[in-house]
Amino acid sequence: MMRDQSLLRIPGASVIAALALVFLYLPIVTLVALSFNASDLTTIWTGFSVRWYAAVLDNGDMLRAAKNSLITASIATVLATAAATAATLGVARTRSAYRGVVEGLLGLPLLVPEIVTAVALLLLFVLVGAPLGLLSVILAHTVFCIPFAYYPIRSRLAGLDPALIEAASDLYASAWQRFLRIELPLLGPGILAGALLAFISSLGDFVITYFVAGPGATTLPVYIFGMIRIGVTPEVNALSAILLLTSIAVIGVAFLLGRRPASQHKGG
Amino acid sequence: MNELRPRDIALTAPAALFLVAFMVAPLLLMVYVSTLERAPFGGVLWGSHTAVAYEKLLLERDLLGALSFNSDYIAIFARSFRLAAITTALTLAIGLPTALYMTTLSPRRAAIILFLVTVPFWTNLLVRNFAWILILRNGGQLDSLLLWLGITSQPLDILYTPWATGIGLTYSFLPFMILPVYVALERIDRRLIEAAFDLGADRLRVLTRVVLPLAMPGIVAGAVLVFVPCLGAYVSPELLGGGKSLMIGNLVQAQFGASRNWPFGAALALVLVLILLLSLALLALVRRRAERLS
Amino acid sequence: MTDAAVAISSVRKTFAGASQPALGGVSLDILKNEFFTLLGPSGCGKTTLLRMIAGFENPDSGAILLDGTAMARTPPNRRPVNTVFQSYALFPHMSVAQNIAFALEMLGRPRDAIRARVAEMMRLLRLDGLGDRRPAQLSGGQQQRVALGRALAPEPKVLLLDEPLSALDLKLRKEMQIELKRLQTETGITFVFVTHDQEEALTMSDRVAVMRGGAVMQIGRPADIYERPANLFVAEFIGEANLLPAICVDRTGHGGTFRLAGASDDDGAIAVADAGTLAPGQTATLVVRPERVALVPAQTTRLRGQAREAVYRGSDLMLHASLPGGAMLRARLPGDADVTALIGQVTGFAFPGDAVRAFAA
Repeated sequence: MMRDQSLLRIPGASVIAALALVFLYLPIVTLVALSFNASDLTTIWTGFSVRWYAAVLDNGDMLRAAKNSLITASIATVLATAAATAATLGVARTRSAYRGVVEGLLGLPLLVPEIVTAVALLLLFVLVGAPLGLLSVILAHTVFCIPFAYYPIRSRLAGLDPALIEAASDLYASAWQRFLRIELPLLGPGILAGALLAFISSLGDFVITYFVAGPGATTLPVYIFGMIRIGVTPEVNALSAILLLTSIAVIGVAFLLGRRPASQHKGG
Repeated sequence: MNELRPRDIALTAPAALFLVAFMVAPLLLMVYVSTLERAPFGGVLWGSHTAVAYEKLLLERDLLGALSFNSDYIAIFARSFRLAAITTALTLAIGLPTALYMTTLSPRRAAIILFLVTVPFWTNLLVRNFAWILILRNGGQLDSLLLWLGITSQPLDILYTPWATGIGLTYSFLPFMILPVYVALERIDRRLIEAAFDLGADRLRVLTRVVLPLAMPGIVAGAVLVFVPCLGAYVSPELLGGGKSLMIGNLVQAQFGASRNWPFGAALALVLVLILLLSLALLALVRRRAERLS
Repeated sequence: MTDAAVAISSVRKTFAGASQPALGGVSLDILKNEFFTLLGPSGCGKTTLLRMIAGFENPDSGAILLDGTAMARTPPNRRPVNTVFQSYALFPHMSVAQNIAFALEMLGRPRDAIRARVAEMMRLLRLDGLGDRRPAQLSGGQQQRVALGRALAPEPKVLLLDEPLSALDLKLRKEMQIELKRLQTETGITFVFVTHDQEEALTMSDRVAVMRGGAVMQIGRPADIYERPANLFVAEFIGEANLLPAICVDRTGHGGTFRLAGASDDDGAIAVADAGTLAPGQTATLVVRPERVALVPAQTTRLRGQAREAVYRGSDLMLHASLPGGAMLRARLPGDADVTALIGQVTGFAFPGDAVRAFAA
């Protein structure tokens, strides 16, 4: 359907929109550019170099933190995505009050300020006497990864004709066959997008991790925070740039997956 | 369709129980801890209740036990509110025209801009705020640019001031404003705008009398989405604000770090949650009114 | 045992939060090899009943027997019935052939048998050469046929069709009506068809159940339902009908004489062959189909009215006349009838006593 795009045209809006995008990307571009600066001094540009990337990859503490980040993000992503997928299928067929309760619970981590979640989880781990370490970090990350995984899967399911699921049962598929042959393939892109979003959310989290990570469970953002406190070095720039570009690559993939149409013919 | 089957409960159980155990229970525990007495060397005395944590928000107890009014924490709350309000206003001032501009684009171009707005949201908040240190510090990119343009002759000295915190917050939460406002604008029936023009309204009046009232739920949603996390922000004030612009989030963190006052930290966090609930109630109210309109 | 393919007895269902029951104690038998249609306006419970036969909904009480076996709580995948969905619900990630093979695979049929059966269905539904296409690459009519083939492939005891023609344009819909009837005859499978389109129901069905508000109003062959509607609702819902308020003035045997409400004895009398249980003095509504109304000279009849307007409808022409007492009467005349001279004039109308149905008002 063609529509008139000009009705809402406001003079100057395009300038502000352009400035908004510059504002959003200026720090990212600056950081990445400076990470290639050859100079020891972070302010003066002396030439292009990847020496700080080499330094980062040579730093044992950093590699340990990166390993912790990847372990945490991988496990939290798998747990959260599996739980979110099951929950999506569970609420799909009901419109009862139960669904409202479940969706409210699943959305809670996005609603509560991070600092509050961090405090609450710290108190819980201390109360039950759980040592603060990689396990507490993984559990905490799974909490906020669940909603990030849930919403893309849910919106994928909402775009599907509910009769497709009924048709599978009608054509003699058992619950398990229906899941493997119909639900999983049709929800697949949503599940993958949800997993990717959960993964980068875990990879990027600082506040909650800062509270619940013990000394041995430092993740990359916590490590970077420690470095920044000591002072701005070119090495931090390089490390930060790696983290930024990784996130951007993952979100790009998730976005492309989310744009794939759910079904060519939707029920009317 | 309405029936709730045992299978459905079994499927939702893992996620729901996990969140009860690691979200609901910890929050309740936090409420409980806020009523406990602080242990001498950090931690709490389980079972020994007191309202000291809440008293501390307003009052100060001297060595002899006499209470007097203390405005230190009120000042931090006031600063947090001020910064959150300014940030909300700034994100709206930038976000509304941006969202309006996006609705005038073809769906393909709008999707690209939407993607560009979304990307920073998903990238590491800490790292993005750190990048502002590089830009704002003395002799940083902003100073260099202004000096080169001849606008200033000396460093701005903006880093480690509330200004820097404000910039960091606005930057961090701008996508939270653009997205809901854009969605609300996009949902407006174009025929209503055509009808307004047809009935003789000019561009400004179409905007103020038709478009903005209809987009109000999205604007309010954006305001809540910016205001609430702003109030509880930790990273921007910590990295950019320095000691002079502490916010509630930093105060909370301090109670679990150097100050070792867990009940007070829990009480502060609880106040944050209560403010959040109030904001959500406001949002629900506006939504209901908007629904009654349409 | 009866030879019912589907036996439904006293089925009740009220959805959570609904004030009215979706089905309020429905009983009916659908015979083997029958083309049976559930007809009614939206919200009458026809789709709920169909979904219960399929197993997508469970009744609150009552029994559903398929081929003599109680099915009330059996899940859909264990029932020997298949559904053609309103939206077709073709699996978008599978080819046409894979869609048709799906049920056979789920039933664990041998590979060769599946291949042969898929080929047979493709031939039966004239889908040859489309086996590798995805549903999105097919036209609406082709998708419709794939949905039919997919549901017929496992040779269900009963095929359920949920308004399957509603998405097609008029011409294609007419073609598919004939095609469906052919398929039903060729396969010998019991078809249960749900529609709100009375013409569609009358065209294809062996028997029709007219439903309203969760209850069955009438079950019968199309001609029975059209000619002898059981009540006013059925009379109004099926086809066109004149509804004339009247008073019973005399009874003789089965028959009786009625007078139009508000008319004098001499220009508003109507003879009715079957007056049911109506007694003299009772008010009634008389129903007569417009095509049974004939135009006669005014002096030869005791039913006269003033012709008001003629509405040309292509194949026919509808003459509207106001009767004594104010009721409107429509008479269906041939399309080429010239009635311009009649407009504004008083003219006579007549119809045989067996063309009138009388219902207590």
